[in-house]
Amino acid sequence: MAAKSKQTTLIVVSVLALAFVVVWGKSIAVGVVDGGATKLLQTFVNTVALGSMYALTALGYTLVYGVLRFINFAHSDVFTVGAWVSFSLASALGWATTESPLFAMPLILFLAMAICAALGVTIEMLAYRPLRRAPRLNVLITAIGVSLLLQNVGQLKFVFGTQPQHMPALIHDSSLVEIAGVHIRVVDVTVVVLAAVLLFALEALVYRTKLGRAMRAVSFDERVASLMGINVNRIVSITFGIGSALAAAGGLLFALKYESIKQTADATWVLLGLKAFVAAVVGGIGNVRGAVAGAVLIAFVEMFGAAYLSPHMRDLYVFVILIVVLLVKPSGLFGKAVVEKV
Amino acid sequence: MSRDATKLLAARVGAFKPNAFVAAGRSLWPLVIGLVIAFVLQSAVAPMLGPYYAKLLLDVGIAIVLAASLNIVNGFAGQFSIGHAGFMMVGGYAAALITYYGSIKLGWVVPGAYGVEVHGGFMGSGDVMFLFACVFGGVVAALAGLVVGLPSLRLRGDYLAIVTLGFGEIVRVLVQQSSEVLEPEVAANASWLDAIKHIGGPLGFTGTPTYVSATPWVENAAGEPTGHAGIFFAYAFVAVVLIAAYRLKSSSQGRALLAVRENEIAAEAMGVNTAKVKVVAFMMAAFFAGVGGALFAHEVGTTLNAKELGFQKSIDLVIMVVLGGMGSITGVVLAATILTILPELFREFAQYRMPVYALALIIVMIVRPQGLFGIKELWDLTVWRRYVIPAWRKVAGGWLIPKHEGNLPIAQARDLSSERADADSATDKDPAP
Repeated sequence: MAAKSKQTTLIVVSVLALAFVVVWGKSIAVGVVDGGATKLLQTFVNTVALGSMYALTALGYTLVYGVLRFINFAHSDVFTVGAWVSFSLASALGWATTESPLFAMPLILFLAMAICAALGVTIEMLAYRPLRRAPRLNVLITAIGVSLLLQNVGQLKFVFGTQPQHMPALIHDSSLVEIAGVHIRVVDVTVVVLAAVLLFALEALVYRTKLGRAMRAVSFDERVASLMGINVNRIVSITFGIGSALAAAGGLLFALKYESIKQTADATWVLLGLKAFVAAVVGGIGNVRGAVAGAVLIAFVEMFGAAYLSPHMRDLYVFVILIVVLLVKPSGLFGKAVVEKV
Repeated sequence: MSRDATKLLAARVGAFKPNAFVAAGRSLWPLVIGLVIAFVLQSAVAPMLGPYYAKLLLDVGIAIVLAASLNIVNGFAGQFSIGHAGFMMVGGYAAALITYYGSIKLGWVVPGAYGVEVHGGFMGSGDVMFLFACVFGGVVAALAGLVVGLPSLRLRGDYLAIVTLGFGEIVRVLVQQSSEVLEPEVAANASWLDAIKHIGGPLGFTGTPTYVSATPWVENAAGEPTGHAGIFFAYAFVAVVLIAAYRLKSSSQGRALLAVRENEIAAEAMGVNTAKVKVVAFMMAAFFAGVGGALFAHEVGTTLNAKELGFQKSIDLVIMVVLGGMGSITGVVLAATILTILPELFREFAQYRMPVYALALIIVMIVRPQGLFGIKELWDLTVWRRYVIPAWRKVAGGWLIPKHEGNLPIAQARDLSSERADADSATDKDPAP
C-alpha cells in the first residue's frame, strides 16, 4: 500500500516536472525563433563562457566526490577565494591602475592556482582527514563549517573586506571578431580556451598518467587501492589540490569576465557554487566528462532562460533541472547507478 | 498473524491502557504547564526584566521554536537541512498574508493612517486570527517541505542539504520578485490572488499587524497598548514544539527516525519505511519552522524581509542544533538560548561572530562529533544523574522525578547495553565498507 502510494506521488511529481520542462522548452523555442540571429548568437557566446566556468568548478566537486564520496561544500568558497586572490595580487602588483603587461594574466593565473591548491590541501589535512572514517553527516557539517570559515574570514577587514571590488582588466579587452552584429570579446575567447586547455589537461591526467590511474583506483575502492601500494592520503591531497587549482582558475576567469567581485559571503557565490554542484550532479557525480556536459547543460538552461524568458528566474530553472534529474535519474546523465552496500 | 491473535494482543495491550480521561490528562498536563509558564513569563517576568531584556526573552523563544524544529530533521532523522530559513520565510509570508490582507477584508484598519490595526484584546478576535495565521503558515511550510523532501529524501542525505540550500535561495529570489504591499484602500477590493502577488518584494512585507510584542504594556502616543502578548505566544509554541519533539523522540516513530539516522540500510532491513519517516519528520520540522516564521513576521520592530531569512539565518539554526547536540532537545534549547544571548552581549565583536561559530562547528565535529549533549537530554547526562537527581531526591523525595520511569530513553537503554556511558555514543560510526 505505502509503496504504491509513494510511487503514485513520484509519478505525479515527475509528470509535473517534465511538463515544466516541456513548457519551458517550447517558450524558449518560440523566443529563439522570434528573437533573431544576433540575440541567439550573443546568448550562445554567454552560455559557452559561463559553461566553462561552471565546468571548472564542477570538476572540483566531482573529483573530490570520486575519491572521498562526500560533497565538499567549501569548494565554491575556494572559487571565491580564487577570484579574490587574483584581485589582490593584481592590485598588489599595481595593475589596477596601469596597463598590465602581457605576462600578467598567466602569472596571476599560476599564483592563484598555486595558492588555492595549497589552501585546498590544507583544508583537507586539517578538517577532513581526521574525519575520514566518521559518519557522513559529520563530514558534511565540517564541510559547511569550512565553507563558513572561508566566507567569513574572507570578509574580515584585514583579509579581503566587505567592499565589492572592481577587477582590473588583465587582458586587453577588445572585440576580436564581429559575427552578425555580435562582438566576440577577447575575454570570452580567453575564458573558453583556457577552460578547454585545463579540461583536456585534467582528462589526460586522469586517464593517461600513473597518478590518474591511482586516483581512479582510490575512487574505485580505497582499501584495495591502499593494498596495491597506493598512498591514499597522498592521492586525496593531490585531488584536493587539483580541484582547488581548477576552482581558482574558474574564479579568476569569473572575475575577468564579470569584472565586479562581491564580498566573500555574498549570496551570488553561494548560488554559483550551488549551480556548479548541480552541474556535477546532472552529469553524474564522480564522472569527469559528465561534469563538463552537466556544466554546459546548466549554463544553457540558465542563459537561454534568462535571455528568452525572465532574467530574474534564472536560478529557478537550474533548481528545477536538479529536481527533475534527482527524480528521473538520480545517478546523473552519465553516472552509473550505485547500489549502496552495508 | 491471524486475526484472533491480533485481537488478543490488542486486548492485552488495552488492559494496560489508562481510560480516555486519564490518558488525555496525562498528555495534556505538560502543555498546560507550558502555557502557564508562558503566561507567567509574559505577565510577570517580562515587565520585571524591562523592554530590552523582554525583547531578548522573546527572541530566545522564537529561536527555540526554530532550533527545536530543525532538531527534528537534523537531529532525530539525521537528514541535513540547511534551508530552514526558507521554510521560515514561506510560513512567515503565508501568515502575514492572512493577517495583513485578512485584517483589511475585516475592516480592522486604522482610519486615515497607513497600515492595519492590532485588533481586539488579549486572546480576542485579532489574536485568534493571528494564531490561525501561525498554523496556516506552518501548514503551507509543511507542504513546501513535502515538495522539497520527496525527491531528495529518497536519496542520500547530502542531496537534501544541497536541495534545501537551493530551496532557501529560490524562495528568496521568488519573494523578491513580488510587488509592493497593497495599501489598505486598494487591498480592500483586491482578490486574494492579487494579494499573493503583492507581498513586498525587496522592501519586505511592511505593515504586518504587530501581534507579537515583548512589551505589550508599553503605550504609544495615543495611550493605547502597542501590541499583544508576544512572549506568551512564542513560549506557547515553544511548549508545543518541545512536547511534540519529546513525544516523537520517545515514540516508535521517533525510534524509527533514530534508527534511520544511525544506519539507514539497517533501519530499512528492520522494516522501517525510511523514505516515509524521513518525509514526515521533514514536514514536521518545516511546519514548526513556518510557525516560527509567522511569529517573526508579526514581531514589533522587525520587517518580514526575504533578505534577512537567507542562508545566514539557516546556518545560525544549524549551528544551534549541532552545538547543542543533534537529537538532544534540552541541548538544543540550551544552545538556542546561549547563542541568541551571546551576540547581544558581545556586540562590538560582531564581525568575529561567524568565524568563531564556523571554527566551533569544525572543532566540535572533530573532537565531539555528536555535539555537546549528543542524543542525551539534560537529565540523561552522567553529571545530572549522579549528582543533581540524588540531591533533588534528598530534598523533594519522588516529587516531579519519579523513582522508576517506564520506558527508558534510548540513550539510557544504550547505557545498559554497554557500561561505557559516554564513550558509547561517540563511536557510532559507519561500519567500514
